[in-house]
Amino acid sequence: MRGRWTGYWLILPAALWLGVFFVIPFYSLLATSLYDPEGSVLTGYDVTYHVANFVDAIEEFWRPLLRSLWYAGVATVICLVLGYVLAYAIAFKAGRWRTLLLVLVVAPFFTSFLIRTLSWKLILADDGFIVDALQTVHLMGDDDRLLATPVAVIAGLVYNFLPFMVLPLYASLEKIDHRLIEASSDLYASPSRGFWKVTLPLSMPGVVGGTLLTFIPAAGDYINAELLGSPNQRMVGNVIQELFTSTGDYAAAGALSVILMVIIVALVMVYIRKAGTEELV
Amino acid sequence: MTTLQRTGRWIGEHLVLALGLLVLVYMFVPIAVVMLMSFNDNSESRNVYAFRGFTWDNWVNACGPDGLCDSVVRSVQIGLLATLLATLLGTLAAFALVRHRFRGRAAMNTIIFLPMASPEIVMGSSLLALFVASGFGGHLGFWTIFIAHVMFCLSFVIVTVKARLTGLDENLEQAAMDLYASELTTFRKVTFPLVFPGVAAAALLSFSLSFDDFIITNLNAGQTVTFPMYVWGVAQRGVPMQVNVIGTVMFLIAMFLVIGNMIATRKRPA
Repeated sequence: MRGRWTGYWLILPAALWLGVFFVIPFYSLLATSLYDPEGSVLTGYDVTYHVANFVDAIEEFWRPLLRSLWYAGVATVICLVLGYVLAYAIAFKAGRWRTLLLVLVVAPFFTSFLIRTLSWKLILADDGFIVDALQTVHLMGDDDRLLATPVAVIAGLVYNFLPFMVLPLYASLEKIDHRLIEASSDLYASPSRGFWKVTLPLSMPGVVGGTLLTFIPAAGDYINAELLGSPNQRMVGNVIQELFTSTGDYAAAGALSVILMVIIVALVMVYIRKAGTEELV
Repeated sequence: MTTLQRTGRWIGEHLVLALGLLVLVYMFVPIAVVMLMSFNDNSESRNVYAFRGFTWDNWVNACGPDGLCDSVVRSVQIGLLATLLATLLGTLAAFALVRHRFRGRAAMNTIIFLPMASPEIVMGSSLLALFVASGFGGHLGFWTIFIAHVMFCLSFVIVTVKARLTGLDENLEQAAMDLYASELTTFRKVTFPLVFPGVAAAALLSFSLSFDDFIITNLNAGQTVTFPMYVWGVAQRGVPMQVNVIGTVMFLIAMFLVIGNMIATRKRPA
């Protein structure tokens, strides 16, 4: 059983599946983005190396593209703050309740993403209690709304991707040797100095992993923008999926997908360089 | 240390815990709303944004709305099939990656990591591009959804099982073999029971990923309607309260399984 080839045989089925249905599709997407834009579902498409698709896509859709990156960025920062507090509390303060609390972090996941988001629609609704409360204390005018604003969309993104932030943060906080933190206080560092100089730097792999796992899906998401926002909050995901499913403009949709992927890969690479952690896997 | 400092410290220590628990409570607010709304009596109006009165009707008549239960059944079928295949292929791959040396291991690790780090909209549209280019554009449906789900579940299965395998003491297997257990017996009696909690967790994870997926599914589904697609469809017109019943049931089943798995793992010394 432990022959030279066993490893290959074991990995082969999964490798094939990922190769055919994950790697090759990227080439198909690239080909799609170079389609002749004159083609249609009926007449078929030709790969004419129509690079102008990219220029057209950026010219026409730069707003939703930038908006996606902006919303995802803001949501990621808020997630980082909330997620760090929660992960820190579980890792250092929860004692024997750790496992239970971790389960509770993942639990909301099991109610469908869409149902959770619709639930936020209800909570933020115009006659909901949050809007009522804010109007009573005049933080919001009588005609102001939360729904159909960037605030609602970002709140949805924060909520839906928070567990992706908490889990990697917890994983790296939990590994920290407590004696290091004690040592810093023995050397007369205040608790806050100890945090900034010891705990936070040691948890950087979790910070990098968590921010990536939050930012990337948030930038591609369109469910929150669709359910909680208005056409003014359209993100790039909304555009891509409309171009593919209703408009049938495959060339533009393909080009826009490729652009999104390239931007994300570029951002991730710069970010990992800056943050100085290359071992994520 | 002065009393003042001590009080300050006490507050500091418990403040973090309190704030953390607050964040956790925030995560459950929408779930509570879903559970509450599953008892909402909105037979009088289509306004789904207010709680009108308590009723069991939505629970008794869970399959009332057209197409709701069909979509749930379809999602369960796809979820079970995709989980079965993804767990099988993923577990084999995890064994290969942890226990065997082979060429291309590093590349394989990257390919496994990538699906978890790509935006769903890009993966979904790539797969659609492949299906269209290879002439399956007209045959989108159950099986194209299945293919997509196995694809994105695989990585999560591999990572989960790998984590369990890496933490495993290989000496236990050595001991079994020293005691003249055959390789097969060792696997059945020692390795598999030790890895099983990881495999179970991976299967649970991949079922919930599959059941919940919307973005990739929507692009590759053709006319087939899964549960999330049903919810998406009715979201514009006004959501029937029964959707909340399904949400609540899913939540309860998952909690039951997760906590069951937790207790089972704890009893078995790992």
